[in-house]
Amino acid sequence: MKIAIASGKGGTGKTLVSTNLFNVISRQGQKVRLIDCDAEEPNVCEFIRGNVEEETLTMTHIPVIDSHKCTFCGNCQEYCSYNAIIMLPTIKTIRVIEDLCHDCGACVYACQYDAITEKEKVTGSITQYSISANADVLESQTEIGIYSPVPIIGQTINMAEADTLTFLDSPPGTSCPFIATVERADYVVLVTEPTPFGLNDLKLSVETLRKLKKEFGVVINRYGIGKELIEDYLNKEEIAVLGHIPFDKRIAETYAKGDLITDKYLQYSELFKKLHQNITKQLQR
Amino acid sequence: MTEIAILSGKGGTGKSGISAALATLAPKVVVADCDVDAANLHLILEPRNYLEKVYTSGQKAHIAVEKCTSCGKCMDYCRFDAIKLANGEYSVVETACDGCKLCARVCPTGAITMIDQNESRWFAGAIRNGKMVHARLAPGEDNSGKLVNLVRDHARKEAHDIQSDLILIDGPPGIGCPVISTLSSINKVLLVTEPTVSGMHDLKRITELVSQYKLEVFLVINKCDINPEMTEEIEKWAVGKQIPVISKIPFSQVWVEAMINCKSIVDWAPESELSDQIRAIWKKLIDNE
Repeated sequence: MKIAIASGKGGTGKTLVSTNLFNVISRQGQKVRLIDCDAEEPNVCEFIRGNVEEETLTMTHIPVIDSHKCTFCGNCQEYCSYNAIIMLPTIKTIRVIEDLCHDCGACVYACQYDAITEKEKVTGSITQYSISANADVLESQTEIGIYSPVPIIGQTINMAEADTLTFLDSPPGTSCPFIATVERADYVVLVTEPTPFGLNDLKLSVETLRKLKKEFGVVINRYGIGKELIEDYLNKEEIAVLGHIPFDKRIAETYAKGDLITDKYLQYSELFKKLHQNITKQLQR
Repeated sequence: MTEIAILSGKGGTGKSGISAALATLAPKVVVADCDVDAANLHLILEPRNYLEKVYTSGQKAHIAVEKCTSCGKCMDYCRFDAIKLANGEYSVVETACDGCKLCARVCPTGAITMIDQNESRWFAGAIRNGKMVHARLAPGEDNSGKLVNLVRDHARKEAHDIQSDLILIDGPPGIGCPVISTLSSINKVLLVTEPTVSGMHDLKRITELVSQYKLEVFLVINKCDINPEMTEEIEKWAVGKQIPVISKIPFSQVWVEAMINCKSIVDWAPESELSDQIRAIWKKLIDNE
């Protein structure tokens, strides 16, 4: 079972929710895994510390063109949908722009002269941390300067085990990194805040999840700051509210230090246990 | 022409709020919202759009069942796991399809065609003191870097037309393709961070990316009082990196109220200390004082 914790807007509390849910569940002795899918800016391990069990490097393939075998026919350039091949036949030059390559393999297929082979390039890493006997964290992280985190996200989530309750801490936004995460989830928890920005981005996320035909519910964070605008919208759209996290300066202070509110305050430990129950109820429906 | 991008790595540190505040202070400006998949700045600046354009983000493959002979070649060649076989029928998983077209090329019966993804839009509009260019990437569509380039290029054109020598860019979170597109050929970057462990972590990653470009970099620490020790740590780190910390903004209820009412802080509470701080940022960032 995979549950993604997501939001359109950044900074609404995704990591707060995923790390604290993980914490209360692992303390109860249940087998649980948390995957940090925000490969551009992974933060889970700032809050949950464990021992590194295994680190795997992720790779992409980059074409290498042998200019001696190349006849400058231009087939590979034509087949490349990403403009990653530059060719100047008059001066017998052909080059691959590595940053633009999507590792699709079309150029290799296109070349009739066996002039294109592929090399591997490191794009990031997947690190497994053991937290307790029944709980672990997988962290995906891109190398600085890598354009797309999507392949790494996919590879990391593919390491999830079917029978383990797994939370996916999603990247922000509604484009490819977000899709790569939620499309692999069985259920999505959207975290929002009662501000106009929060509402605007929540609507975008809802639209996306409906298009993907995903089941989802909403957690309202910083509850109490705004007007009722979020709740009116959720009622109208008949979207399940899974829980409310109050606007409480202690939460911001605890989070700032890298601590977990479910370790520090009984009130929040209870709140997250209840949130877990509410999610479980939604899954049983 | 000065082009300034406001970036943070981590989401929710206050990029858009600060972008909006700086935008409302400018005598004349072109604002570009490059957070194309969760654009928000238009909620505050309320541009009156006079231009709406279709953006084709890419293509997705489609298999015509009646022409498919179920040879499976497309599935063998696809590196994105975007072809699935269910009940003896091959089809494309749209969310996984990268639009590379290889399946269409290998298909022996011509059963696969490529379909344009054209639900995304970009806009140009008038604001009180200039122009604004923004976009809406349709849910689930990719290639946001390309859309960022379009928004930025058009912002330059608008700036030329109205003879504005300032472009303010509200950047996307993260450090991937839309951020990299935002960074190319600008002059200055304002990093907005918060004193949290994740804010600090993400600040380091965005700084490493930004340092690959020759740019003037400035730093603002927002909500500086929620963790004074961390604020101090960030300041020390910034000294080492030779990045000037041009403002430390405390957490404030007034800021929250301005956001809830979709107002720039300098419009909502012009007399407040916060607004004075924004004016001080302006002087250092734009007037180079």
